[in-house]
Amino acid sequence: MKTLENATHATPFVFSFSRDLFSFSFPASHDSTALRIMTRTLPRPDKLSNSTSPTSSSGGGTAMRVIVPLQGVVQGRGGLFLGSVIPCALFYFLQLYLRRFRNDPGDPKDPNSSSPPPRTGSPNTSPSNSAGKLTELSGFPRSLSRSLLSPRNTGGPVSVSSRVSSILKSGESPFYLGLKRVEDDPYHEVGNSGGIIQLGLAENKLSLDLLEDWLDQNAREALVGGVANCEESNSSGIASYQAFDGLMELKVAVAGFMSQVMEKEISFNPSQVVLTAGATPAIEILSFCLADSGNAFLVPTPYHPGLDRDVKWRTGVEIIPVPCRSADNFSVSITALDRAFNQARKRGIRVRGIIISNPTSPVGNLFNRDTLYSLLDFAREKKIHVVSNELLAGSTYGSEEFVSMADIIDVEDLDRDRVHMVYALSKDLSLPGFRMGVIHSYNENVLAATKKMARFSSVSAPTQHLLVSMLSDAKFVEKFVKINRDRLGRMYVEFAGGLKKLGIECTKSNGGFYCWADMSGLISSYSEKGEFELWDKLLNVAKLNVIPGSCCHCIEPGWFCFCFTLLTEKDIPVVMERIRRISETCKFHS
Amino acid sequence: MLISQQLTDPTPNKPTFIYLLTVSSSRSRTDGPNEASVFGGSFCKPMTQTQTRPTTEPERPKPTAATAMRLIVPLQGVVQGRGGLILGSLIPCALFYFLQFYLKRHRSPNPSSDPPSPSTPSSNLADLPRTSSRSNLSSRGSFGPVRVSSRAGSLAKADDSTYYIGLNKVKEDPYHRTNNPNGIIQLGLSENTLCLDLIEKWVSENLTDSIMGSDGGDLSISGIAAYKPFDGMTEMKVAMASFMSRVIGKAVSFDPSQIVLTAGATPAIEILSFCLADHGNAFLVPTPYYPGFDRDIRSRTGVELIPVHCRSTDNFVFSITALDQAFNQARKRGLKVRAILICNPANPVGNILPRETLYDVLDFAREKNIHIICDEIYGGSVFGSEEFVSMAEILDSEEVDKDRVHIIYGLSKDLSLPGFRAGVIYSYNNSVLAAAKKLTRFSSMSTLTQRLLISMLSDTRFTQEYFEINKRRVKEIYDSFVAGLEQLGIRCSESNAGLYCWADMSALIPTYSEKGELELWDKLLNIAKINVTPGSACHCIEPGWFRCCFATLSQEDIPVVIERIQKVAETCKSPS
Repeated sequence: MKTLENATHATPFVFSFSRDLFSFSFPASHDSTALRIMTRTLPRPDKLSNSTSPTSSSGGGTAMRVIVPLQGVVQGRGGLFLGSVIPCALFYFLQLYLRRFRNDPGDPKDPNSSSPPPRTGSPNTSPSNSAGKLTELSGFPRSLSRSLLSPRNTGGPVSVSSRVSSILKSGESPFYLGLKRVEDDPYHEVGNSGGIIQLGLAENKLSLDLLEDWLDQNAREALVGGVANCEESNSSGIASYQAFDGLMELKVAVAGFMSQVMEKEISFNPSQVVLTAGATPAIEILSFCLADSGNAFLVPTPYHPGLDRDVKWRTGVEIIPVPCRSADNFSVSITALDRAFNQARKRGIRVRGIIISNPTSPVGNLFNRDTLYSLLDFAREKKIHVVSNELLAGSTYGSEEFVSMADIIDVEDLDRDRVHMVYALSKDLSLPGFRMGVIHSYNENVLAATKKMARFSSVSAPTQHLLVSMLSDAKFVEKFVKINRDRLGRMYVEFAGGLKKLGIECTKSNGGFYCWADMSGLISSYSEKGEFELWDKLLNVAKLNVIPGSCCHCIEPGWFCFCFTLLTEKDIPVVMERIRRISETCKFHS
Repeated sequence: MLISQQLTDPTPNKPTFIYLLTVSSSRSRTDGPNEASVFGGSFCKPMTQTQTRPTTEPERPKPTAATAMRLIVPLQGVVQGRGGLILGSLIPCALFYFLQFYLKRHRSPNPSSDPPSPSTPSSNLADLPRTSSRSNLSSRGSFGPVRVSSRAGSLAKADDSTYYIGLNKVKEDPYHRTNNPNGIIQLGLSENTLCLDLIEKWVSENLTDSIMGSDGGDLSISGIAAYKPFDGMTEMKVAMASFMSRVIGKAVSFDPSQIVLTAGATPAIEILSFCLADHGNAFLVPTPYYPGFDRDIRSRTGVELIPVHCRSTDNFVFSITALDQAFNQARKRGLKVRAILICNPANPVGNILPRETLYDVLDFAREKNIHIICDEIYGGSVFGSEEFVSMAEILDSEEVDKDRVHIIYGLSKDLSLPGFRAGVIYSYNNSVLAAAKKLTRFSSMSTLTQRLLISMLSDTRFTQEYFEINKRRVKEIYDSFVAGLEQLGIRCSESNAGLYCWADMSALIPTYSEKGELELWDKLLNIAKINVTPGSACHCIEPGWFRCCFATLSQEDIPVVIERIQKVAETCKSPS
């Protein structure tokens, strides 16, 4: 039993070894190749047996007994079996040995605890070497105390989890570097006209005035009413515990809002809605629910750079990028999905779902009905989930029709179990600060699990009460969405037009806050390096923070993402002027 | 990965399984006592199991007698004692190793899903035929249901802990003095509603100013609508730090830069667990502990909780000996202990850890080189005479390595604002702080709530008044509740803090066991209509203890509760 346990613990290392062991023995279908293989595997056991045999046995006789069969192996007489088993076993013991001693770097100063007893079954052997004659654990002397120890430097630094180091490392992508730089030196029309202009954060400030008007008039009523509520009836006020997955009133309001925004005859069932503190935890919770550590999701590229963190950090789930090309206007093809799926499978990775963003971020195009159908077909064929991120559904402005995944499901009534939607108010209602995300799923198990996980990320009650009033105000919502769409569309046309004058083409966008611009004409070399150089120039010389395509895992270099919703119309000429200056220096060189 | 590639490769690679085939064939051929003793017991199974994979291969190489002999000869040597120690141990070991390897590969994909079928080889992946489409598939039932992850599967199952069963039961039929006098009275949720009137008064007076700002204008709307740092606004951290100094720290000043704000104490603890331990590591937790920890800590992080048992004779204060024992036992089981999680004032017992114990814990943690998580969420809910000592106070006075200490705080209990979801991680470790700040993107407080709280916490006159009144009210309700229980002969453990009392009902349980305890709990819930938390949900090793949260009761409710308990107590006493 113990060896079993140890073997499973030691797998990462053992695995890698066994893999090449297999690859050695695989092609040996004929005797001649077998011979070659054997001699290739030999050096390892030879070295090892020299070092391990004295410890496990003594005397030349036994040594000979090992060497003789090994010689047989070399000369091709030992057979495959011994040739593979012996090195393997030796490595196995080496693993065990290493593992034992790697485990305890934490307390090197304490000889008593740093070497655990080799046999697990004998509890009384370990304390005896340091605790003198006392063998009973209860009588174990508490030798360490404040008086005996110098308080510093005794134990070495305490270690944190390995997750921490990977999380800390991941902050170095240009996406986050750029955001940070803007924080240090933000542009202001009057106050800091030489500062960095933020074009890298997906936030919409075009319609905040509407929100402010509403809050001025209604906030007080919405919240004070909420507190008073708890005195009269037993139901929830703003102070007391709420259902972690959201108030029913808010779920109803959100479901209504979603139907309204998607402009279709879709109705969302409030009981299939789970509320979380933002879209980020919504995606993470879904990842926890749909995949286990080591599984993967397929994600068409370019995708939003934040997704890597949201999906991968804590869940241990991988993202497999499915490259899309400018030739297809960056829309996903089933062939590409299929190829990525099969490649993942060959690598031994289990794909559990596809995450799409519709309207896509950062490109801004929409999935048409046919693509959605074929996605569903693909998912059904592969038995995987589909997560449709429809954060920007209410921020469409183009002529094309937006088709929600829910719309498809409604019509076809396929096996809905595999379809999950993520929504939020941070984009469509310009309220990222409110941290309101939505999971909508047709899968009972997923719903049950997400409801429980919502306790790690629930929306505060004052926020919920305010939102109930806001979303229930149908007149306000309608007006807001309409005006916001108009403003977004106008801004896009203006911004894309400005870029066009500089000779920079954008993909045709139908929604979202971005211009996805092809600046490959300006990069010094057609590579990621060239792209970074331009990004660096834009940030440091032109003082514009944009997102380079490589952060979005775009495979074609030279694409950049400009988020225009933090600008006012007055800012656009400033931005264009700054880009122009850079583009001139770039063209000069080439 | 390589293996699967090789397997799907159409050209057969015979030797991979030559040895397997030869072994099994030789066994069936000779069938002698010698062979049987070599492949004894569990030994045989791996061979037959491993063999199943090669059989799916289209072409099977024929076992040749020569290879079989090459294998058997050394094996016979082993049997007859001439093989020596090394072969005798290596061969079974290697075979077990392959068994492991095999099982491991086949465990992660679930049995219902088909294994990668080698029958669809395609040298060119790009032109793989897209067979399925809407037209030629019946849309239903053609494939099995899609699977969820195993962690979701375990969470989606119905609750089996009595703690959650009770809570759910109350939701269905809550007691109300006038509307539903026969409903279930909630004594299982640690919530304080005694001072909601104070909160309400404050909110109605200060709401508009706090959210919209007194001057109004453009700044205020982007102040609440826009993206803010996920780990909390600086103003909020400053307000929280000074609030914590006043409430739990006494003389200690908390540093706002060491604060990370989360949406409640639950995510705070989870984020800390993610930072301090890897999957499969463990925390030591003195029992009885808050029943929610099991789910909050274990479900997503994969961290184990090792209970450290405390006894009523010590008033449920843990001893270092017990910690040490649990630590060593965990180590023997191969578990790496990364931290000790203490709750001070303790939930559910309500006692306060003495200063000496805190020093001992620090010593212990230093000796074992592990972290300390201090859950001080009840730090401001002290109503007894004993003085609460925060871990921060100990660290302030002593020059010790602070890296290993992390404090959890929140406003759910002390300011009775659980709906606001305000939690705090206060850590002295820079890498933990940096990582926790990044992880708060999964659990951040809404700006609206932060604005409200900034004003509330900065209003020192209000908070001071609140704490005075709250302490008095909690004390009153505690005294009358405990007195009521005492009339029934139920003794409570000595308590100085918290919103609950820890009652010893072992006299009422039919058998002195967990079963007896659960029977009583069931009676209390279904007959007396009172939801309390049984000690077993808190991992208490002594049966018969129950946690009763009293801070949602009013004085008028107490006689009702006591009478209901009395009725059950009478039925319990008569048969025994």
